[in-house]
Amino acid sequence: MYQILKQIIKTGIKTEAPPLADESLRAGEQRLQQKVLEVFGSALNIRLVDAGSCNGCELEIHAVNNAYYNLEGLGIKFVASPRHADLLLVTGSVSRHMEVALKRTYDAIPEPKLVVALGDCGCNGGIFGESYASLGRVSNVIPVDVVVAGCPPTPVEIMQGILTAVSCKK
Amino acid sequence: MKYTCPDLKLLELNGAIPAWQVVIEASELQVLCQKVADGGGRLVALWACDERASLSRFVLHAVLVNEAGLLCLHLPLPQEFPVYPDISGIFSCACRMQRTVFDMLGLTASGSQDMRPWLRHGAWPENSFPLRKDFDEAGRQEADNYPFVQVEGQGVHEIPVGPVHAGIIEPGHFRFSIIGERVLRLEERLGYVHKGIEKRFENNSLLFGAKLAGRVSGDTTVAYAWAYAMAAESIANVVVPKRALWLRALLLERERIANHLGDLGYLSNDVAFSFGMSQFWILKEQVLRNNAALFGHRYLMDKIIPGGVGVDLTETATLLAECDLLEHEVKLLHSILEEHAGVQDRYIGTGCVAPALAAQLGLCGMAGRASGQSWDARVQHPCAPYDQLDVQMATHQNGDVAARVIVRFDELFESLRLMRDIIAKLPSGNVLAIPLEKLPGNGFCLGMVEGWRGEVLVAIHTDAEGNITRVHPHDPSWQNWPVLEHAILGDIVPDFPLINKSFNLSYSGHDL
Repeated sequence: MYQILKQIIKTGIKTEAPPLADESLRAGEQRLQQKVLEVFGSALNIRLVDAGSCNGCELEIHAVNNAYYNLEGLGIKFVASPRHADLLLVTGSVSRHMEVALKRTYDAIPEPKLVVALGDCGCNGGIFGESYASLGRVSNVIPVDVVVAGCPPTPVEIMQGILTAVSCKK
Repeated sequence: MKYTCPDLKLLELNGAIPAWQVVIEASELQVLCQKVADGGGRLVALWACDERASLSRFVLHAVLVNEAGLLCLHLPLPQEFPVYPDISGIFSCACRMQRTVFDMLGLTASGSQDMRPWLRHGAWPENSFPLRKDFDEAGRQEADNYPFVQVEGQGVHEIPVGPVHAGIIEPGHFRFSIIGERVLRLEERLGYVHKGIEKRFENNSLLFGAKLAGRVSGDTTVAYAWAYAMAAESIANVVVPKRALWLRALLLERERIANHLGDLGYLSNDVAFSFGMSQFWILKEQVLRNNAALFGHRYLMDKIIPGGVGVDLTETATLLAECDLLEHEVKLLHSILEEHAGVQDRYIGTGCVAPALAAQLGLCGMAGRASGQSWDARVQHPCAPYDQLDVQMATHQNGDVAARVIVRFDELFESLRLMRDIIAKLPSGNVLAIPLEKLPGNGFCLGMVEGWRGEVLVAIHTDAEGNITRVHPHDPSWQNWPVLEHAILGDIVPDFPLINKSFNLSYSGHDL
């Protein structure tokens, strides 16, 4: 126990404003929290569906929860059930085998709901494109509010995408 | 050492890994597989090609491995009767590969016990085969009602899980048959993220293929890109600059380090030890940031290209400092985890795959080494620069979650040693030969790299003009997914996330 406490104290607080143009992004972060409060009352819950990604986007979604980006510190958390979610995050070009599961997950989320498509595949079909097995971009299957490009998008870009989605909801 | 098959004409296959190839007849397939299996060898990959247009035939390809190297069997099959003898009785992991060969090309393994579809759900009809050259994309079929094996008895019930899981993970379906909380049987149903990767390679450029190979499984992008480049360079007989090879190894070890750090974090998280989660992920983030700063991509995608690498290392101080930091911190976290009774209570004895079972089922890679299967391509078949690095293989006999954690720690420390060694010995010179854009005609070669999860194999075939006609990327998850069904037996349902994470297999790399 002593070692654990010592390490926690030594580590300190790692959470930072995203490391690009400082001030503007710090503002972005604050705005995000404020918007979340305005629109959703207290917190934003996200449900993720991997609809056909290479798992690269998932790596970065894991990363937004690490101590540096600390998404949960902003009142945004990932939930296990679509019934608890406000926002659906979708990665990958949608494989035909995931089409039904994605639609059902979307339908299971209560209104008002937002959808963010993540990564080049989710935005425009990416490298896998449209084929016998793949339906391409997420908006070919369900309505999408915001797209975040990148292969994979960085944690900062993912956070900005979520902010944009929350901001555009009236 | 060499394969001893006096009746067969083995031809040495050009490449960085010792490999031989031979054209066989259907009657020889089982005999040869049995012979390799008896000698302690394993099946690495199984795929097929449609050569009906040029030679009126299909060809089944199987890659086996033993201490001598790789043995690639080519079995031509007449187009009117594309049937070959079942080998899943010899290598149990062949079962799902054979089912996939049928789904994709319509070749039947005669005598197989399991003829259910595997990667095909409803995206294409039963009598249509995507990897045949005359495949019609228009066909669809309603999602079939997949026949799971039923477990019956008083008090037995089923829990279906997925394809959409509770956490941030890839999709797949797990069917648990349980009594109380104890798992009597687990059956997997994968293929949800089948996105037609193999078809996508066909008739596309070599460089597009390199990008695509790097996205077969995003967490293993370096290993795939290297294996793909290795196969392409072997066909073209290109000499890759030494510095490029050493940089590839540096990138591969960094990928291993990042993934092991992330997994150790999640293995802490899954036993509700959130301290471990945040600590390991702080370290992983630092590695990723150094990747971005030094190589231009957090996960090192598209940095390995056929002919060399697309990025050079200009300073080494950052990496050496990172090595020191990781070594110090990981040692500390290791001792904390080791001494934490609650953590060890969940790890020890959970998800056990004994060495005998692991050998029988062909468990490979990092999970295999934790169950006494001492295979590591960097050790047995070291391509440059691993032939000069003397990699120390990490193994364990217990085969439980605890063993897989220990092997991860050992490999992490070994990768840090390798990284320092690579930096010290890094040769000077170019990092890219003339970029390879086109391959010679009628080529076939293999590339194999020990990724963090296990051996990654890529096979490339070209036609008479040198166009890519077929690429088969093979993930070690093919071998290891079926073993997970055994690992959970006798444990309880809440142990499954922990056991699953301790293997951390790829869905994308498997579903293709």
